[in-house]
Order: sequence, then structure tokens, then C-alpha cells
Amino acid sequence: MFMRLLLIASLVLSSLPAFAADDDYGYPIPGSFEATILGTPPALMQEFPEKMRVRQLVLDVIPGRYKPPVFFYDEGLRCTFAYQKQKAPLVFLIAGAGASDQSAKLWSMMQGLYKAGFHVITLPSPTHANFIISASKSGVPGELTEDAADLYHAMEVAWKEVQGEIEVSSFHLGGYSLGAAQSAFVAKLDEERHVFDFRKVLMINPPVSLYSSVTRIEDLLKQIPGGPKKQGIFFNKMLSKFSAFYRAGNFVAINDDFLYAIYSEQLFSQPETAGLIGLTYRINLAGMIFASDVMTNGGYVVPKNKVLRSTDSLTDYFLVSTHLSFFEYFNEYFYPYFAQRRPGLTKEAFIRSLSLKSIEGYLKTSPKFGVMANENDFILTKPELEYLRQLFGERIKVYPRGGHLGNLEYKDNMAYMVNFFKE
Amino acid sequence: MMTVTRYKICRTVQVLTLMLSLTGCAITRSNAVKEEPPWHSISEFRDQRYAEVADPWEGFNRGMYRFNFYFDKFVFLPVVSSYEFVTPDFVEERISGIFNNLGEVRNLTNSMFQLKGVESATTLGRFLTNSTLGLGGMFDPATKFGMARHNQDFGKTLGYWGASSGPYLVLPIFGPSSLRDTGGIAVDSGISYGLYSAIDPFGNSSNAMALDAGVTALGGVDARHQQSFRYYESGYPFEYNMVRFIYHEQREIEIGKPRIEEVE
Repeated sequence: MFMRLLLIASLVLSSLPAFAADDDYGYPIPGSFEATILGTPPALMQEFPEKMRVRQLVLDVIPGRYKPPVFFYDEGLRCTFAYQKQKAPLVFLIAGAGASDQSAKLWSMMQGLYKAGFHVITLPSPTHANFIISASKSGVPGELTEDAADLYHAMEVAWKEVQGEIEVSSFHLGGYSLGAAQSAFVAKLDEERHVFDFRKVLMINPPVSLYSSVTRIEDLLKQIPGGPKKQGIFFNKMLSKFSAFYRAGNFVAINDDFLYAIYSEQLFSQPETAGLIGLTYRINLAGMIFASDVMTNGGYVVPKNKVLRSTDSLTDYFLVSTHLSFFEYFNEYFYPYFAQRRPGLTKEAFIRSLSLKSIEGYLKTSPKFGVMANENDFILTKPELEYLRQLFGERIKVYPRGGHLGNLEYKDNMAYMVNFFKE
Repeated sequence: MMTVTRYKICRTVQVLTLMLSLTGCAITRSNAVKEEPPWHSISEFRDQRYAEVADPWEGFNRGMYRFNFYFDKFVFLPVVSSYEFVTPDFVEERISGIFNNLGEVRNLTNSMFQLKGVESATTLGRFLTNSTLGLGGMFDPATKFGMARHNQDFGKTLGYWGASSGPYLVLPIFGPSSLRDTGGIAVDSGISYGLYSAIDPFGNSSNAMALDAGVTALGGVDARHQQSFRYYESGYPFEYNMVRFIYHEQREIEIGKPRIEEVE
């Protein structure tokens, strides 16, 4: 523990001098990629409650849903529920792309809100396999309006499940990354349906246009020698570097000390770091592509009509799915699926619909929204960040650094989040 | 008596026929619709394979992975949760400490087998400090004195002396392993059994058997209590692959083996 603190301290101190002067924001990691990977050093997080009344809900969201044998372990949509004894507001939280209801970031947000006296229900991202299998009507996630309808339905089922146990004074909504964009669409749906009448909606590091943001992430993979289709070679090389670094140092195990050493001694160069973020995203995306393909029997990476069993090897599907770019997925699978169902839908119009701009009239006027963004979030272009500033005016808070979600768990950010819902 | 037996035989035949006919159904149904090649397949792959581990028994291993999921769900985790429910956190931590301290014997023998002088001395120091000042391992003053724990086992010893991991193997209850590490577990258990019999802590008690069994069971429950991994919890469709890769790679790296690419 002491070593760990020491390392974090040195990490913090070494990067402080350059920044201590020019603002009073204490989040220490200046680089966008580094912040994204490292997140917040534990010493700079807020204190969390030791004990929470919390349990996981497993919800039958679509009764009678057929689940292929390869997903035998999926018993329903998993949401995490933290509850107070007394009457309190309830916050629904939506995870970022590919993340589950218990992703570390959601868990921190839940703890922060729980400590401040809220009930919380977290939901997996509609792009997470569990959601695709158990809660997505079409089995094809990523279309914001349909995702919002699926999410809304899931929230209703979750609420029904816990209604008898808690007293709720009002409902709130929040999400990070893709989950932030989805929150906006869920809130809009709620204006028609009025099941919850969300009082406040918080969007943390939202994209403006999904297509544009994913393009920015895909660009990271271009920094790999030989391009994205050589990510296997890149992966093996990075792993060797990692392994050699371990052998050269006097490390006890692969633990936090080792990982911080990688950062402080800059084992990976800037393009390599970018490549690793891109690759992580690809591995994540692969889970979504595969789950969606199996659920729709789409014949995209798994042979059409093939019934995969629980003991079948999935290695080749893993390799194929991780080598697909978002653009391949978009042009060959995602867009055709919707074009078939909505005659006359052009690709341009479809891309435009996957953006906050498509509901900007609502976002501009509704006072319930709040946004937290970072100046150096690499999923946003400068004009996009400017657009968010224009659109939300006083309702947006832009931090000088933090990358994409790196500062989400920083104590100031957490305090801002909690205050937003308390006001 | 006769009738009962006959009834039983009839029942068995009935059940078997039913099962066979069901499997028959399943096979015909899956064959009824023809498979079509997918849009993208492994044949267009022009890159190195990655995150791979030799796994010739994958079918068995995936079956075992699934078995462990159910074993956890219906047997192991309910027991662990009851244990956690009735035992105060403070006591749980002391119990974990005692078992972890006993584990130092395995760490010590194996760092000696690997002729690691400093590490052996540290581990011995840890064991002596925590056994005495730490009240039999209930507390861990050794770490505060700067003696870090070095986890060792006979699988690592074999690896250190050049044995390759062999095929990946998912063991019942134990979980992810390899052929080499399974051998290692057997040797480590043999050594601790030998030491245990030699010391024979409950030898004078009339309930020695029951006490031994109780200690072993508590050790198992404590080990699961300390391990936060849950099968299929990630929900990621390729979790099996990821677990296999991470298990294998972490072992190889901690043993200190150069990767094949580096050697070339």
C-alpha cells in the first residue's frame, strides 16, 4: 500500500508543476490518452461508503425471448440496484459503449450518489452483449431512438421489480460516453411517455455524432505500423514489450506498481498508446458484433443457421470480429439492416440521425439537462465541443483536461455530479 | 422387489429412449436449415493470430468452465455467502491471514527449488514474523517491514526450469490451469500433506478426522472468498478466450519467460 501511494504521489508531483499555475483544477494527468487509460489515481478519488445496500437485479425484460445455447449463461438483463432505507430520489445510470452494469465507472458514480443519499439503478450499455441478448428488441444496437425505447422499457421493468421496496421522491437520469447520448434520447421519449418525468438529466463526456466520434477512435488504429489490419502483429509486439519490461525490473507481480511503472517510464510511445486504446475498443466492439450477429442470425461473422453450442470454440470468431472496422460493420451490417426496414433511408440521413443534432431543438430548450465535458476529449473535434458549448450554454461544464472519462472519478467531478442532481 | 426392479429398468429404458429421441430431434432440426458461409471469415485473415493459447482440449475445457459456473452458482457461492453472512469482516480477514500464512510454506519451498536466495530469505522472514508477531498469520506486520509477498508454486518452479506450460486445462472447481500447473498443484498438495501429517496438529484429538476435514473445507471456502472472479460475469461473449489468455500470459510473464517473438 505504501509503495502504491509513493508511486501515485510521484506520478502526481511529476506532472503537477506544468499545470499548477495555469488553472485551479487538480486533476493531474495532462495527456488525453494517458488520462483515458490511467483514470484517476486512488488518492484523488472521493471517499466512498464502506457498506452499501446493493444487489444485482436479473430482469426478464422480453418474456419468452429465445436465447441460443452459446449464451446459455445469460439469464436476463443485469442491472445493479443500490437503495436507501428512507425516501429518496432514484437515479438511473447508463453505461458507456460495451460496458456492463458493474463497470468500474458506473460503480464509482453509484457509490458517489449513494453516499449523497440517492437510490441508484445502473444499466448496461445497449451495446453490451447482455443487453443485446436480453433487452434489445431488434438485436441490433446503436440506433439511438430504438436504443432509447429498449432502455426505457428496461427501466420500467426494473422499476416495477423494486417499486415495493423503496420510496422514491423523484426520478433522475445520467450516462457517460455513449450512455450520455442515449440519456438524451431516453429523456426525450420520457416527455411523451411520462412514466418517470425525469427531473434532471446528466450527460458525461457525450459524443455529438456517433459516426464522427467512432471515426476519431478508428483513426487511432491508423497509427499501428501497417494499419489496423495488422493489429495482431502489433498486439504480439506490445505484449513482448510488456513481458520484457517485467523481466528487466524487479517486480513482485503484475500489479498496480508494475502498471504505474509502465506509465512513469513511458514504456509505450504516443502512437503505441493510441494504438492500444484503439485495439481495446476493437476487442470491445467485437463482442457487440458477435452477439448481434448470433441473435439476428445475420450471417455476418457466424454462418447463417449455424447453432453454436456452449462447448464450441469461438476463437476464429473472436479474431475475425476484432479485425472488422466500425466502417465495415456500419456499411455491411448496421446500415443495411435499417435501410431494409425504412425504404428511402439514405446513408447520410441515417448518420445525421445518430447525433445529438437530430434532437437539438429539445436539448436547447429543456432546462433539465446538464453536461460535463473535457477540453481534450479525443472523441470530440474542436467544432463539436464548440457546438456543445453553444447548445447548452450555462448548463455545460468543460474541464481543461481528463481525456475521455479519465477524470470521471476525480473528487471534484464527482462532487459536481452529485450537486447537479441535488439542486 | 421383483416388480420394483422391473419398474426401474423400464423407467431407465423409457428415459433413455426419450433422451435419444430428443437428441435426434435436436440434430434433425439443426440440420434442416442449411448453413451458409458468413460474410467475413477467418480465410480473409492476413495477420498474426493473437491472444491465443494452445488449447487442444477446448471442448472439454469449455464444458468444465460451464460446470464450474453451475458449481459456483448452486454449491460454492451459496456456502461462501453464508460464511460471509455469519462471519464478521474482522474474523474473515484473520482467517484469510492464517491460510495465506500457511501458503508461505509453499512459497518458501518453491523459491528454494528455484535457488532464489534473497526471495527465500524474504519469504522465510515473512513466515517467521507473521507466525509470531502476526499471531499465526492473523496479521501481516511483515509487509509493513518491507518484506513483500512472493507467490510461488511448483508450476512456476517447473516453468522456471524450462518446462513449457503444455495445453490449457480448466480444472473442476480449481478453474483455469495448464497441464504443467496441474502437475504443480499435485506436487504442492503432496508436500503440504506430507508436512501436515508429520506435524499432525490434531493428532491427540479424538476427532482428528473431522477437524482435518473442517480445516480443509474452511480453507476452500476462504480461498473462494478471497477470489472475486465469477464465471461469465463479464457477459463478454469471448470471456473464455480472454480468461485463458490472461491466465496463461500472466503465468508466463511472472515465471519470467521470454516470449517466442522475442527469441526469434
